Amino acid sequence: MSATPSQGSIPVLRATGLEKRFGAVVAATEVCLEVIAGERVSLIGSNGAGKTTFVNMITGYIKPDAGSILLDDRDITGLEPRTINRMGVARSFQIPQLYAELSVLDNMLVATACQDRHPSFWRQARSADAVERALALLARFNLLEHAEQRVAGVPGGIRKLLDIAMALTVQPRLLLLDEPTSGVSVEEKFPMMDIVMHALEQEVMTVLFVEHDMDIVERYADRVVAFYSGRIIANDTPQIALAAPDVRRYVTGTLH
Amino acid sequence: MRSLINDPPIKTPPPGVQRKLITGVALIALLIAVGPFLPKWLTFLITMAASHGLVSLGIIFLMRGGVVSFGQGLVFAIGGYVAALAFVKLGFTDAIGLTFIGGLGAALVALPFAPLIARYRGIFFAMLTLALSMVVYGILVKTDVLGGSDGFNMGRPTLFGQQLADILSGYVLYPLTVVISGAVALAARVYFDSPRGLISLAVRDNELRVEYLGASVRQTMAINFVLAAFVGGIGGALTVLSLGHVNPDFSYWTTSGEFVFVAILGGYHSVLAVFVASTVLEIVRSFSGLYFPDTWQLVLGVFLLTVIRFLPHGIGSLWSNRELFKRKGGEK
Ligand SMILES: Nc1ncnc2c1ncn2[C@@H]1O[C@H](COP(=O)(O)OP(=O)(O)OP(=O)(O)O)[C@@H](O)[C@H]1O
Ligand SMILES: [Mg+2]
Repeated sequence: MSATPSQGSIPVLRATGLEKRFGAVVAATEVCLEVIAGERVSLIGSNGAGKTTFVNMITGYIKPDAGSILLDDRDITGLEPRTINRMGVARSFQIPQLYAELSVLDNMLVATACQDRHPSFWRQARSADAVERALALLARFNLLEHAEQRVAGVPGGIRKLLDIAMALTVQPRLLLLDEPTSGVSVEEKFPMMDIVMHALEQEVMTVLFVEHDMDIVERYADRVVAFYSGRIIANDTPQIALAAPDVRRYVTGTLH
Repeated sequence: MRSLINDPPIKTPPPGVQRKLITGVALIALLIAVGPFLPKWLTFLITMAASHGLVSLGIIFLMRGGVVSFGQGLVFAIGGYVAALAFVKLGFTDAIGLTFIGGLGAALVALPFAPLIARYRGIFFAMLTLALSMVVYGILVKTDVLGGSDGFNMGRPTLFGQQLADILSGYVLYPLTVVISGAVALAARVYFDSPRGLISLAVRDNELRVEYLGASVRQTMAINFVLAAFVGGIGGALTVLSLGHVNPDFSYWTTSGEFVFVAILGGYHSVLAVFVASTVLEIVRSFSGLYFPDTWQLVLGVFLLTVIRFLPHGIGSLWSNRELFKRKGGEK
């Protein structure tokens, strides 16, 4: 290891030359991105621009056709989602991936159980200790009142929050949120992002979030990365990136 | 979104595994206590219900992970044959030892297939297990040293070095079967409520998320397959100890079908329900066999239809986790 560099300059994630094609569709091409520890990066782009594909490649769901992904200095290209998760990368999903038949609390307890490298065959999954930690995390997301409800019966916004809360059980160093506010009414978007960002503040964590609402992006992102047909067309502070002609033409639609 | 302060204080009643275990132990004690006062046909019926119930309990291990085996007769047969062979060929006669050997034998047979089978779901899993059981059935029928299609007999087992007289053996094998089945059932409850047991339920619901939380879906399925074999093998061994006979029909598909019947009847939420369902099957089998010998499968069919219609989660939903079964309309 080199002599300790100043804290803000360590790249947690370094993606280089990522390529991904689905038949004729170019979902990623020449994608290069470095993310510094503690940064809040927003990924924007119109539908089908390649945002989810990027998240999928980083987290191991999709293997890139070419290119490399480094986490700190370790190559994680093409590893299984499970392995990448264990290295401290967690994600939420555009459509929440939950256990619909289980209660909100049990969803959290599954997350806790999965973290264990050798889960026990005989200790209780609902031990007082595990329940207490799960409830503490639920409390950070204002989900306590829903703890005992079956997930199949709770509203969409609650599911979005639970999806993120579950991702946090790993205490990830890198968190990728795929459209945390999608499917939530306009009035609820800000309160919801407030809850999420407040919950995240308690840990030093690097966050990438996919977002369509530019007000949210401006408010919460340190940096904006804009995608257009699989390519990164802007990568800068929100002020500069959102003012770029290409972004206004292809993403925000404010320039015709 | 409400603030934290306004949230009602949460009371989490830890769903008491202790309470369930105590109930289980009490039930086992009760069954043993009343044993001497029961008619012989009834203790035999309970012995069969308990030992067969273990095989269906094995299916519950798999059902909790989202798959159903249509070939669990396989491990039933292996457990039975291994125990009977150890008795006949090796002269090993201890009842508890034979039971354990039966379970171990079935688990060892299942082990090499587990990684392969763990990759399949739904109808493919069901058909693959069915195919395996029918292959073993075919082999057993053709193997003359194992008695071919007639199978073979074994003598009376011993217990703690004591010879069991013919009249006594029924009375000893009844409590023995009840205790061993009961112990396995209690262990199953502990496992179902453990982190691994919870991960199984999660696999049933959403495999993708399990992998994304850092656990292995394949490993979970493979472990459940081997555990199901171990439990089913014990059931096979206990059955053979009481019957004194084993034959290839143990691995025949209709036998497997009965185990699936009981598993669905009981549902995967309650361990006790599996044994209740197994007892129901044995009762229907003996009484229908008596009164309408040609149509007893019809009676079973009507019974199953009724349960599926009115208790879709099995008879266990009559007493366990009621709030979770209430379908809140709307989403899903
Ligand atoms: N598994 C897949 N198989 C085939 N095509 C895919 C697959 N995943 C993504 N694509 C295609 O790749 C392109 C990029 O998709 P992606 O999901 O990354 O877009 P996105 O930016 O997340 O869009 P949205 O805002 O709608 O979520 C789209 O054209 C999509 O149809
Ligand atoms: Mg997307």
